[in-house]
Amino acid sequence: MEPLLSILIGVLVAASVYLMLARNLMRFLFGLILLSNAANLAIFASGRMTAGGPPLVPDGFDTPVGTVANALPQALVLTAIVIGFGLFAFALILAVRAYRSLGTLNTDEMRVAEPKEQG
Amino acid sequence: MSWYLSLPLILPFATAVIAFLLRDRAIGAWVSVAGSALGLVAAGVLMALVLDQGIVAGQMGNWPAPFGITLVADLLSAVMVLITAITALAVAIYALSDVDMRHGRLGYHALFQILIAGVTGAFLTGDLFNMYVWFEVMLIASFGLLIINGGKEQIDAGVKYVALNLISTILFLTGIGLLYGLTGTLNFADLALKVEEVENQALLTVISMMFMVAFGVKAAAFPVFFWLPAAYHTPSFSVSAVFAGLLTKVGVYALMRVFTLVFDHDIGYTHTILLWVACFTMVTGVLGAAAQSDFRKILSFHIISQIGYMILGLAIYTPLALVGAVFYLVHHIIVKANLFLIAGISQRLTGGSDVYKIGGLYKSSPFLAALFLIPAFSLAGFPPLSGFWAKYIIVKASLDQGLWIVAFLALAVGLMTIYSMTKIWAEAFWKPHPDGIEPKLSTLPGRSALLIPVIFLAVLTMVIGLMPDPFVTFAERAAEQLLDSTAYITTVLGEDAMPAALPDTGDVPATENPEVEQ
Repeated sequence: MEPLLSILIGVLVAASVYLMLARNLMRFLFGLILLSNAANLAIFASGRMTAGGPPLVPDGFDTPVGTVANALPQALVLTAIVIGFGLFAFALILAVRAYRSLGTLNTDEMRVAEPKEQG
Repeated sequence: MSWYLSLPLILPFATAVIAFLLRDRAIGAWVSVAGSALGLVAAGVLMALVLDQGIVAGQMGNWPAPFGITLVADLLSAVMVLITAITALAVAIYALSDVDMRHGRLGYHALFQILIAGVTGAFLTGDLFNMYVWFEVMLIASFGLLIINGGKEQIDAGVKYVALNLISTILFLTGIGLLYGLTGTLNFADLALKVEEVENQALLTVISMMFMVAFGVKAAAFPVFFWLPAAYHTPSFSVSAVFAGLLTKVGVYALMRVFTLVFDHDIGYTHTILLWVACFTMVTGVLGAAAQSDFRKILSFHIISQIGYMILGLAIYTPLALVGAVFYLVHHIIVKANLFLIAGISQRLTGGSDVYKIGGLYKSSPFLAALFLIPAFSLAGFPPLSGFWAKYIIVKASLDQGLWIVAFLALAVGLMTIYSMTKIWAEAFWKPHPDGIEPKLSTLPGRSALLIPVIFLAVLTMVIGLMPDPFVTFAERAAEQLLDSTAYITTVLGEDAMPAALPDTGDVPATENPEVEQ
């Protein structure tokens, strides 16, 4: 299971880098969300896969019985997804505002805050 | 209960809520000031406690370390929290006059307090993932503050700032994931022990590089600093002062924490890279500043070059060099925030920020000119101001190690800093205003709120400069704690955490529930 996930993470990162190299801001943002998903999967995979062992405590015990899945990376991923979602929502709105007020999504043309080119 | 550790975090959050509820009224800004003042008291209490008792740690929600979230304050954390509170109070007072009701209504004061909470949290946390969360708190608040004005310039700068910071965040997150996979823990103290057991040290170095790049972006180190000069000159002056003072320093702090406590396994490799990074950061920053003409853009590039000195202190990695880094960190926050605040007053008086298009400040407002000279010369490293001692320690540390070229670069960059500062001085202060305006300080509306924080920070710079002894002694103790992590680890994990032979917990990261091992 882990090798498969690793390959998937690699493919996701490759695709996101390709997208992020684009001039268009929207393509960049799509690349960013792919990259953040790849990071989430990497955390998930680093907790090791345990099939069919939910981390539940049976009645009358204080600790789980037998081998169970590692719940911590899942908690981390959940946190990271929520945070990533919020940031991505903000970035999307920012892109909309940028298109409305600057009239372009081409990052090369976004030079309002830069000094005027001379010559 | 470790209330003294959580209080510097709870206070800004509570202030943010109250300031947000009162955002339609003028009192909202005063709530922010009052909250920041209380925060300063809380930070002072924490500082006194750490000075008295050594490192203090608290387990949030009473989950024992390394499973729960730990807050730790050693001397470095405590002084950073204190200096954050000082900057917050200064900027909150400045904002009384600098931030108008329109921004107040959009929630400026609430965002500002959340930013302070995020910064403080990043300084206090003893857990890597928790640090990520605080970084995000800080980041989202800074996004809001940056674009709150909603003008074309702010949106343009916001796109670059948001894009590059999000990439760094994701890199940080990936590094956390891989480090967890390798060690099975994310608690700093526990990590410091577990990384020594890791068999694949090369993989550890790879992961450490991910952290170096991620924190390097935050700290605006070479070659990933481009977001900073693209953004810092666009928001309102109080916002850029708090950004300039605190945000990059969180990156430097994270580098110092991680590369002294966790990744000290291959110093010859990692810290040599840091040395190169530091030198290039110093030089590119100061050269970039020489080419600029906007008041705040010059200062922005100087942040980068000064970050180089701090990373240099970490890279040399001798006790004296770390003393220099800690001293530099504290000195630079005060000086840089102050310079941005002065840039704000100058813009109000002269009506512009391009130094070639303004002037006459020395003749009509000599008091402001004197106030500018203190942080400007301190930044360049003139005795007897605080920057002199900071630079002196760093240069001495590099000479002690026989790094002649590095010491030469550090001194040359100081000289170049004077060049930029005299440019601002000659253009904005000395020459008459091209439009014939006489920028008089005495007729500026709301000037006391603008001047009090500037005077306060300038006095602080003078105090550190004239009486450096207690501050250097303090920095020495802080550097000792950084180099010897035994106290940090035993405070967090308990006295029996540092046996000569570590208990056989196995290196497979918890496929069973970690509670079982307890």
